[in-house]
Amino acid sequence: MDAELLSQILFSAIKTGTPLLLIALGEVICEKSGVLNLGQEGMMLMGAVVGFLAAYSSGSVGLGVLGAIIIGMFMSLIFAFLVLHLGANQVATGLALTIFGTGLSAFVGSDVVGQTIQGFQPIIIPVLSDIPFIGRILFTHDLLVYVSFALAALVSYVATKTRIGLIIKAVGENPHAANAIGIKVLKVRYLAIMFGGGMAGLSGAYMSLVYTPMWIENMTSGRGWIALALVVFASWRVGRIMLGAYLFGLASIMHLVLQGMGWSISPNLLAMLPYVATVVVMVIISADHFKEKLLAPRSLGKPFDPRQMA
Amino acid sequence: MAISTDTTDCRIKLENITKQYPGCLANDNISLSLLPGEIHALLGENGAGKSTLVKTIYGVVSPDQGKIIWDGEQVHVKSPSDARDLGIGMVFQHFSLFETLTVSENIELCLSKKQLIAIENLPEKIRNLSKAYGLDVDPDRYIHSLSIGERQRVEILRCLVQSVKLLILDEPTSVLTPQEVANLFVVLNKLSAEGCSILFISHKLHEVTEICQKATILRGGKVISTCSPREESPSSIAKMMVGDLAEQDAGYSKKEGSKVIFQAKELNLPTKQPFGTELKKINFDLKAGEILGIAGVAGNGQDELMAAISGEDGRLVNNMLFLNQQDIGKLDAGERRQLGMANVPEERLGRGAVPEMSLTENTLLTQSKGFISNGLVNWKKVQQHAQKIIDQYKVKCHGEFSDAKSLSGGNLQKFIMGREIGQNPIVLICAHPTWGVDVGAALSIHQSLLKLRDEGAAILLVSEDIDELFLLADRIGAVCDGHLSPLIKTDETDIEQIGLWMAGSFIPESLEATQ
Repeated sequence: MDAELLSQILFSAIKTGTPLLLIALGEVICEKSGVLNLGQEGMMLMGAVVGFLAAYSSGSVGLGVLGAIIIGMFMSLIFAFLVLHLGANQVATGLALTIFGTGLSAFVGSDVVGQTIQGFQPIIIPVLSDIPFIGRILFTHDLLVYVSFALAALVSYVATKTRIGLIIKAVGENPHAANAIGIKVLKVRYLAIMFGGGMAGLSGAYMSLVYTPMWIENMTSGRGWIALALVVFASWRVGRIMLGAYLFGLASIMHLVLQGMGWSISPNLLAMLPYVATVVVMVIISADHFKEKLLAPRSLGKPFDPRQMA
Repeated sequence: MAISTDTTDCRIKLENITKQYPGCLANDNISLSLLPGEIHALLGENGAGKSTLVKTIYGVVSPDQGKIIWDGEQVHVKSPSDARDLGIGMVFQHFSLFETLTVSENIELCLSKKQLIAIENLPEKIRNLSKAYGLDVDPDRYIHSLSIGERQRVEILRCLVQSVKLLILDEPTSVLTPQEVANLFVVLNKLSAEGCSILFISHKLHEVTEICQKATILRGGKVISTCSPREESPSSIAKMMVGDLAEQDAGYSKKEGSKVIFQAKELNLPTKQPFGTELKKINFDLKAGEILGIAGVAGNGQDELMAAISGEDGRLVNNMLFLNQQDIGKLDAGERRQLGMANVPEERLGRGAVPEMSLTENTLLTQSKGFISNGLVNWKKVQQHAQKIIDQYKVKCHGEFSDAKSLSGGNLQKFIMGREIGQNPIVLICAHPTWGVDVGAALSIHQSLLKLRDEGAAILLVSEDIDELFLLADRIGAVCDGHLSPLIKTDETDIEQIGLWMAGSFIPESLEATQ
């Protein structure tokens, strides 16, 4: 394999991994605050369809991205109200949100299925893109990929170095203790869930505005679920989430690569690689139950009701 | 605002605090005042309203009526951060610490941004304070690696960093070894000498008489009396707390026990939970007709030991546990019960009883013999049996159809004890038998346990209450970090020695070094 092909493969792996990275960055903050939102897939689909519609009707991809983020936040707000205010079960509510989002996005987007738009264009960064090998892989992407790099750095910094990160972690670890020392647990969780929603919307917009600039029903094909596995795989650490997202990206394009190299394996078999990888990763992680427990936010998925603090 | 001269002297003065919960008046017109530097005890039985009152001061609970006067001015404490801004610090009974964060991160979370900026180097400040007050703790360590006593020091340091003027301690000594209690008192006296007021909630009367200058006694949400504990005796205070003269437990006779009926041999068990305790080579014999007491500070392996013996933890292998020479290591909890073992776990709701099920149904859970004919449950018999337990142990509830979760902790404990003792077990394993139970009911539980012993049952008693163990147990030992100390006749030892054992003095140094 020559360097040219390899850099092409890695370039595509980053491009394919970016939606996973975006959505997983949102979910990791949400889970650190102790909330498990299984509605990722639904929020992502809504982001994709609304982003596409906004861009299609206005002609501006920027407005498309904005619309996607807003609808993602709105969807997550429904979830937040149900689980935080009404104390609904997080797993059931998340699943309902995914089913709801899948159906609603198909309905809303039925008129524009198959239409195409001019998506984001690559921005080739001068000087940096001339670095041999690496320049091609890292610095010839579109705007949203650069944004995802910046967001990964930001989330990592906030989560590990700032007081906000400490507060989010404290809430996910022990909400009762956090409440007792005066942290507003529900407020923190609302904001964390909405950040997750916004990122899911953005990730959806990446699918419909960049990756394949069009809307097709169910076009995220399970990326919301893979992202949930990715967060666990990365043991809630941003650096590993980034690595994992690109690995999954690589797995997703393997069938194209192998076809290109003239291997005769059924493309259907290869297309399921990322999903198989998800299952394998989950099995490996769960085998070490002890470690998983130590790394996971300790109150993940447990509702908190400040009124019960009497 | 009217400021009378006597309120200006007070650090804090509560006037007519009233708080109504659905179905219970938790605080009824409570007034209380503390001078600077005063150590003030807040006494009362469970449910007397102590916790509600201190949570009101700390801003966790908002009162329906009444006012709080702080340094001569009326204040509204709406949240714990308001309280901290005033200079009120609180150490909770169940610590409000985050196990996956470091000591210094935990303390940082409690500080406002302004306070954080004022402190240039937080770890340095923590080190200085811990040196000044003898609260030895390393700011960079993670909480989950700290012992209970060390965690309490972190909680106190957290208050000290904010230069606290009123420190509230909710049952601070219940989780400490006697030696740690002595250290805590040194710190409290030092703080008091510097002018910090301390509000001290406790059940243990001898501690109150030792350290407190004043005491307020609550009963049923009302202030019953205010006194100087140093002029009272523990029994006269107890009388005020309970209302009438409860029969004092006057030392029971000790028994030798006959043949060995239950044995643990080299019981090793790695932990299942990240913050659990590994059991290390536990050996003991339990004789028919004796009560064996196991002391220890919470979290030193008691839960794991109980789960291993009851069969709840199904990872045991052969040659670890024997009942009447029969190897029961591989039997599950139900099979062990059929052989005559009974079990009162620490966690009443969830382990001892199913919260959503009625008392009748809960009765059937651990005992089905005699209630089932031709494969069908004879509910009438179960119901009568449940009613019998309720009557005999004076369980306060609406009847045998009440949900377990509707009972108060103490009443449910009475019911569970009654249910287990009523099965006439040959081995009873029992954690914290009178935890949260009032004095009168505790007495009847004690007598039932002694009667069961005298009838020839072997009883293993695990408790954090050393006084209770000395009262009931014929032989006694302690657990520390998953090790079991030697067992000794209760008559031949004293609280001092058991306290040292609770702190691990019996563990050979060679073993400690490998940890």
